[in-house]
Amino acid sequence: MTASLRAIAGIVLGLAIAAPAHAHPHVWVTMHTDLVYAPDGSITGIRHAWSFDDMFSTFATQGLDSKAKGKFTREELAPLAKVNVESLKEFDYFTYAIADGKKTELTDPAPDYWLDYTDQVLTLNFTLPFKKPVKAKELKIEIYDPTIFVDFSFEKTNPAKLVGAPKCKLDVQYPREMTFAEGKKLGEIPADQKNTTMAWGAQFANKLVVHCP
Amino acid sequence: MVRFRVARSILLSVCILFLLAAIDATLAQPFGVPRGTPSSEVGGFAGWILAKQAEFYRMMSGLIRAAKADGSAAYTLLGVSFLYGVFHAAGPGHGKAVISSYLVANNETWWRGIVLSFASAMLQAFTAIAIVGIAAALLGATAKAMGNTIRVIEIVSYALIMLIGLRLLWVKGGAFLRLLRGDKPAHHVRDQKHHHHDHAHDHGHDHHHHHSHEHAHRHHHDHEDDASAWGHAHAPEPRELTGRHWLRRGLAAIVAVGLRPCSGAIIVLVFALAQGLFLIGVASTFVMGLGTAITVAAIATLAVGARGLAGRLAQAKPGMGMLAVRGLETAAALVIVLFGAALLTGYMVSERLMGV
Repeated sequence: MTASLRAIAGIVLGLAIAAPAHAHPHVWVTMHTDLVYAPDGSITGIRHAWSFDDMFSTFATQGLDSKAKGKFTREELAPLAKVNVESLKEFDYFTYAIADGKKTELTDPAPDYWLDYTDQVLTLNFTLPFKKPVKAKELKIEIYDPTIFVDFSFEKTNPAKLVGAPKCKLDVQYPREMTFAEGKKLGEIPADQKNTTMAWGAQFANKLVVHCP
Repeated sequence: MVRFRVARSILLSVCILFLLAAIDATLAQPFGVPRGTPSSEVGGFAGWILAKQAEFYRMMSGLIRAAKADGSAAYTLLGVSFLYGVFHAAGPGHGKAVISSYLVANNETWWRGIVLSFASAMLQAFTAIAIVGIAAALLGATAKAMGNTIRVIEIVSYALIMLIGLRLLWVKGGAFLRLLRGDKPAHHVRDQKHHHHDHAHDHGHDHHHHHSHEHAHRHHHDHEDDASAWGHAHAPEPRELTGRHWLRRGLAAIVAVGLRPCSGAIIVLVFALAQGLFLIGVASTFVMGLGTAITVAAIATLAVGARGLAGRLAQAKPGMGMLAVRGLETAAALVIVLFGAALLTGYMVSERLMGV
């Protein structure tokens, strides 16, 4: 009896866990990020240039009016850029800043954002200002989509740079591939338990780390 | 002996179900987890599935471009679309949970599960083609306009899921409560008799006789239908199970799951359209649907198998066993309700198209 009850409870639990559906990546972003500093050495903003994959770029520009077929000017793309930026708000622009171990707030993008369309690739350019410019010995910027709908990766040759911070050093940390053994180990954690023993998330996020004197 | 074997196979199937559930859970943003924590849960098997489907998806744009110059690339595209469908559906969403729960709650057979899976996947492919074909190809609608159309369809689909769940919950929950209170309507007494009969067989012939089990199982089935959804609370014809009735009953589930198109298919179709290869996009979408259907059907079959074993095991213990089975059905119905409600309220985002 207990066996059958346990089995039934197992099925119920299984179905319950299976319930929360979730996104699949359908958008790929290749990004370049500038970290903009003020003369006093504090960081003032994060300047993103996000290039979407060709399928999403085509999809997003579907039906948009343009003078030249297959080409879009900045002005023609302005309404789309507005929608993009406004809808990113809900997701905190997928950008998280941690200054000396403390989460630091970013504000909504400066109004000078724009989209451009080159070689059938749409690129969204926008700057996220810091609510208050911060000076930090160690600054971490993480860019990721917790729901994995958007797959972010840094540009290979030119991932990020510091603008106006001569004494600071920038490290770009790429999300590394998980080894099979690690994957297996992680897979062994029961689905209903939170993964607290293996706090690996950071290793698999796109991260910029800046060390300043 | 038989009981041990049954118990072992039940545990095995539960493990399989758990593994599949784990894929969903690992990929899912669990309820109540605040945004802003890194997606550390992605890895292992789930990560592999995610990586594979991403790989196939990304191959598609190149293949569609190639198909313009070289017709044979279209065949490769179809192969990749199929694999994408298989892997894509192995991730969360795509009605796996709804269909599986529906089958468990209604005690449907495995081949019905397969029919439901294929029908809903094909409907899903069809909706995607209809939306892009009409909105984008004929009307020149923008991505935003298509997105809005999809959102309306989503709401209808999610509401339908919730309604199916509520209907099932009403019927199955009612049966469960009646059993819990110990009400014994006429057919329940009959039920008890069957169980005694079954017991006699069990003890008499020991483990060689699977027949007795099968026999008991059939009776069990007939009774299950007493509490089937869609208004058949009275005793049905014994062989109604083989008729068309179940399909009519399942139609709501097919529509609820299949109505909402897959974002991936929409994007691929629009991309193919832009390359002037809409028909290739259509073929790719149907093949994708086929792949999706196979995965969903496999998972549905597992759910049905696990549930069947639970049911058979419950036969061994008339009173409590039946209660447990009804409890399982009620829980499965509840899962559908919660699923629909979470989707409807936007608490759970199935798929979104960013900023369009």
